[in-house]
Amino acid sequence: MDWIDFATPKTISEAVELLASKGDRARLIAGGTDLLVQLRGGRRSVDLVVDAKQIPELNEMSYSPQNGLVIGAAVPCYRIYADNAIAEAYPGLIDAASLIGGIQIQGRASLGGNLCNAAPSGDSIPPIIALGGVAHIAGSNGSRQVAAEDFCTGPGRNILQDGEMLVSINFPAPVAHSGASYLRFIPRNEMDIAVAGVGTSIVLDESGQNFVSARISLASVAPIPVFAKEAGDSLAGKPVSEATIQQASEKAIAAATPISDMRGTIRQRNHLVGVLTRRTLNIAVERARGG
Amino acid sequence: MVANIVLSEVEYTHIGKRPIRPDGVDKVIGRAQYGPDITLKGLLHGKVLRSPYAHARIKSIDTSEAEDYPGVRAIITAQDLPFASLSKEELGAGYQALKFASDHVLAGGKVLFKGHPVAAVAAANPHVAEEAAKLIKVEYEELPPVMSVVEAMADGATLLHDDLYTSSLGEISQTASNVAAHARYEKGDVAQGFDEATVVVEREFQTASVHQGYIEPHNGTALWSADGQLDVWCSTQGAFTVRSSMANVLRHPVSKIKVTPMEMGGGFGGKISIYLEPLAALLSKKSGQPVKLVMNRVEVFEASGPAAGSWIKVKMGATKDGKLTACQAELALDAGAYPGSPAMSAAMCAFACYDYPNGLLDAYDVVVNKPKTQAYRAPGSPQAAYAVESVVDELCEKLGIDPFEFRLRNASKEGTRRIEGPVYRRIGLVECLEAARSHDHYQTPVDVQPSGKLRGRGVASGFWFNRGFVSSCNLTLNPDGTVSVVMGSVDLCGTRASIAQQTAEALGIAYEDIKPSIADTDSIGYTFITGGSRTTFATGLATINASQDIKQRMIERAAAIWEAKVEDVEYVDAVLQHKSDSELRMTFKELAGRTLTTGGSITAQCNIDPPGEGNSFAVHIVDVEVDRDTGKVDILRYTAIQDCGKAVHPSYVEGQMQGGAAQGIGWALNEEYFFNGQGQMTNSSFLDYRMPISLDLPMIDTVIVEVANPGHPYGVRGVGETPIVPPLAAIANAIYQATGVRMQSLPITPGKVLDALWSQNGS
Amino acid sequence: MPGPTHVQATINGEEVNFLCEPRQSLLEVLRDVLGMTGTKEGCNDGNCGACTVLFDGRIVDSCLVLGVEIQGREVTTIEGLATADGLHPIQQAFLENAALQCGICTPGFIVASKGLLDEEPGADEGRIRHWLAGNLCRCTGYDKIVRAVLDAGEKMK
Repeated sequence: MDWIDFATPKTISEAVELLASKGDRARLIAGGTDLLVQLRGGRRSVDLVVDAKQIPELNEMSYSPQNGLVIGAAVPCYRIYADNAIAEAYPGLIDAASLIGGIQIQGRASLGGNLCNAAPSGDSIPPIIALGGVAHIAGSNGSRQVAAEDFCTGPGRNILQDGEMLVSINFPAPVAHSGASYLRFIPRNEMDIAVAGVGTSIVLDESGQNFVSARISLASVAPIPVFAKEAGDSLAGKPVSEATIQQASEKAIAAATPISDMRGTIRQRNHLVGVLTRRTLNIAVERARGG
Repeated sequence: MVANIVLSEVEYTHIGKRPIRPDGVDKVIGRAQYGPDITLKGLLHGKVLRSPYAHARIKSIDTSEAEDYPGVRAIITAQDLPFASLSKEELGAGYQALKFASDHVLAGGKVLFKGHPVAAVAAANPHVAEEAAKLIKVEYEELPPVMSVVEAMADGATLLHDDLYTSSLGEISQTASNVAAHARYEKGDVAQGFDEATVVVEREFQTASVHQGYIEPHNGTALWSADGQLDVWCSTQGAFTVRSSMANVLRHPVSKIKVTPMEMGGGFGGKISIYLEPLAALLSKKSGQPVKLVMNRVEVFEASGPAAGSWIKVKMGATKDGKLTACQAELALDAGAYPGSPAMSAAMCAFACYDYPNGLLDAYDVVVNKPKTQAYRAPGSPQAAYAVESVVDELCEKLGIDPFEFRLRNASKEGTRRIEGPVYRRIGLVECLEAARSHDHYQTPVDVQPSGKLRGRGVASGFWFNRGFVSSCNLTLNPDGTVSVVMGSVDLCGTRASIAQQTAEALGIAYEDIKPSIADTDSIGYTFITGGSRTTFATGLATINASQDIKQRMIERAAAIWEAKVEDVEYVDAVLQHKSDSELRMTFKELAGRTLTTGGSITAQCNIDPPGEGNSFAVHIVDVEVDRDTGKVDILRYTAIQDCGKAVHPSYVEGQMQGGAAQGIGWALNEEYFFNGQGQMTNSSFLDYRMPISLDLPMIDTVIVEVANPGHPYGVRGVGETPIVPPLAAIANAIYQATGVRMQSLPITPGKVLDALWSQNGS
Repeated sequence: MPGPTHVQATINGEEVNFLCEPRQSLLEVLRDVLGMTGTKEGCNDGNCGACTVLFDGRIVDSCLVLGVEIQGREVTTIEGLATADGLHPIQQAFLENAALQCGICTPGFIVASKGLLDEEPGADEGRIRHWLAGNLCRCTGYDKIVRAVLDAGEKMK
């Protein structure tokens, strides 16, 4: 690896100052499970690595049924699924947190890092989008919030400007009769990059027989994770049935623009979007119904 | 249901038991020293600059900026190899061989695969060496890459070597070619044989390049002293082959090279060739300090020796009673950049499980712009078995005959002659087939299909020669009654234990009293590689023979002590006793304690090149589940049955069978080298080169069939290679049962299964 | 170019001081700076688990941790498992179950297994296979490794 300097700021403003001073020659490190691989492989180059893990706000996680969930940008996956209350309230997030890269990776990797890395295949991003996650950002010009579906701007690129950093991802409190699920297709049973991934989040009415709303998001089928708005919207007010789910899955396929590469072909990926949309919707419905 | 079964007929004291291996503690506490673990005073680290192109001419190399980089201690290119200053006239007939060997170490005029070494740098800090290597400027003239045997054999194909001619059926071609060799094996008249057949099946198959996938990367550390003594430490399957390869390419006397084999983190045939060792040696010579090089994972994939990709066509005919009448095959296996693919051994293995009257096989050794292929357990046999066992499966289906019944009707037995000539001695294929047929796995019907999933069962058989080759060992009787066994065989997988067991059995003493160790090339007689499924057999024979000498010398020593006649003293159950005078008696340990005062140490030695190795046959059964919506294949149940001869340490024999099966599963389902349009590998990491993980496999049940090899006193055959041969076809056959589609190219990825299912549905 | 960083941490229960460049991974520090070569390098990118260590009680790939990141923290490596009284039950179980062949992945598997069995000694086969999915073995096919971990779990209850 080329030489790097390493800084350990203790506050957000310290970190922002470091990032602003170096621009794109500095980068935050949380778990390091993407960044170090990229630096070694020459896919990214920086002079300064700034440790996110000593800044309190980036390492805190809090949940209340009233206020929802705040996950600091550097909180590793294992802390999320180890928390029973969060695991119960946000199973869709847990689906992703517990399959990223294996137990060792989950000991370090964070959802914030996964989001900022902005890979089209990032497993946590579809559930973050589906659950209505909002990115809280701090920078030299103050703080701002960006909806998760607007955060990634291209493969490996995100909306952060020089000097800005992700502080946390905030999720609304779960409403009654809601459920979420994330599934990806990989050739093995772990350790692979998603050939295609789908995260869905739904709300049912009190009878549990009809959709009130749905959000569907896709991984690995476009330059950025896709928010398939039309597909989700198509379920609002519709009964829960094989036909409506099938229709939604077809709209999800329509929102996908996959390529053929060594991990999968266009036809395969489109097909998998359909399969995984149906499967995640069924699981989300079951979870919403209390199953 | 017993998971692991040993079908044993002869019981021994130590052979067949499961003691803790002597090197086990070191390995579980992290103390064992593997190649990359070595450190020396003043050690420098080397990094290699490699070609980014699959095929190109090197126009110039400029190392000046790198030479000036702070911390750089030495830089080498092909110019530093002796070949660069030797003429064709000087080398004569050996010219091409040395050219290929040198070029492989550091590219001279052309680079022939992405990752081909072009230069190397040594510095005290490995990161500095890496930075400096990037400053070496190489000018390339890109050439079209040739990436498959089909491409390479086509008319007008771009040639890798303008001086490589085809050796075909005794003649050398006049025009240069990518086909290095063509061999033919023939008996009887296949045309007539096919005429006599009721059913004929002909299919073509292709397999991709795969890697042995050992977890430890290649490494080499060398110290070239001012007096010309060259010491090398590396992870290798053969210290002596490293020594002779180094002597050859460095034109340095064997007597001045000492190779110390370190513990090795996996080989499977891929750690026999030299890669980094000569680079370390030259960098050490130039810098005056020891130099260590270790490949990173990208380099392991791109620049070591994967297994050959293949194109194989098989045609087999049988009568309605299920008797084979003719077997024919064309096999082209890629050699990578330099000749030497396992095409011929693939041909010899292809129909080895069958007794058939008419046969014709044509095998082609073809060069392509990939790294030079190396052995991967039973080289060539898995590729051939994939094709043949798939065709046999189809024959069975068309004839309506059970796959084991068909194989039993045509099974090779003692006395069957293989197509390349040798006659089988006592072999255990029939016993394996019968054990497979009666096994609980085969007797249990395939489970009912859960919704959306398809399930099926497949079987396949496989063969590997196993070899003898040269082994040496030195035994020393220590004063405390222990016996040191020094051998040249590197311990890859428990051979210290199996050699200790054989020695203990031969001497009739405790296993714990045997102290096995592995020596460097100065300290033991020539020993060929650990590989070829030969170590337990050949090094075992060496220690058994040496043990007989130890016993004889103990008899002579006791006789001398008692002033008795040698013929009146005997060695029975580790006791020296006079045949008629019962007062004269010494235990093994008592005599050992007296050796130093009665004439000195008792030692013995054996250097052996044994004939009498025993072929090993295997039969595997696998149940798969296919998700019809995603094409994913899961292994539900796997049973590996193999005739290993006597299993000296059944746990390690089982381990070989399970490990080989797991590799075969990966080869069948997910492993392959992806190349882009420019012939560059795009998946050179464990992320996208997908080897089975623990979550991908069930327990792998084993049956060790022990048909004793008459060529070894305890009946040892060897086990290590055959396990990788049956899985490819067994899985393909199981997928056929599940889906109705015959998969004719490996790996059988989910995408390929989906495509096959869609074609089947006409969509 | 600035000099190396001084780091103080607890490794295998003992306070350790070392110098390293920020770009050196914990794996490099353990092996090349501290001479603790029991932790192995297989891929250097988090895909094989051969470099597994316990970091503040969690298993991590030490190739993806920087040496400077362990300042003031606790690391346990394979060298820290056996005591003067003998082998750790997991190490003993690996020997008795012949769960290693070449042995290069073994330290990683043993440390990873400790991370599981310390919390869940009763983990069943499925849980074990899932937990160890990040550890590659090419020699054994995992069968005897899983049996060894089940065996060790029994003894650690």
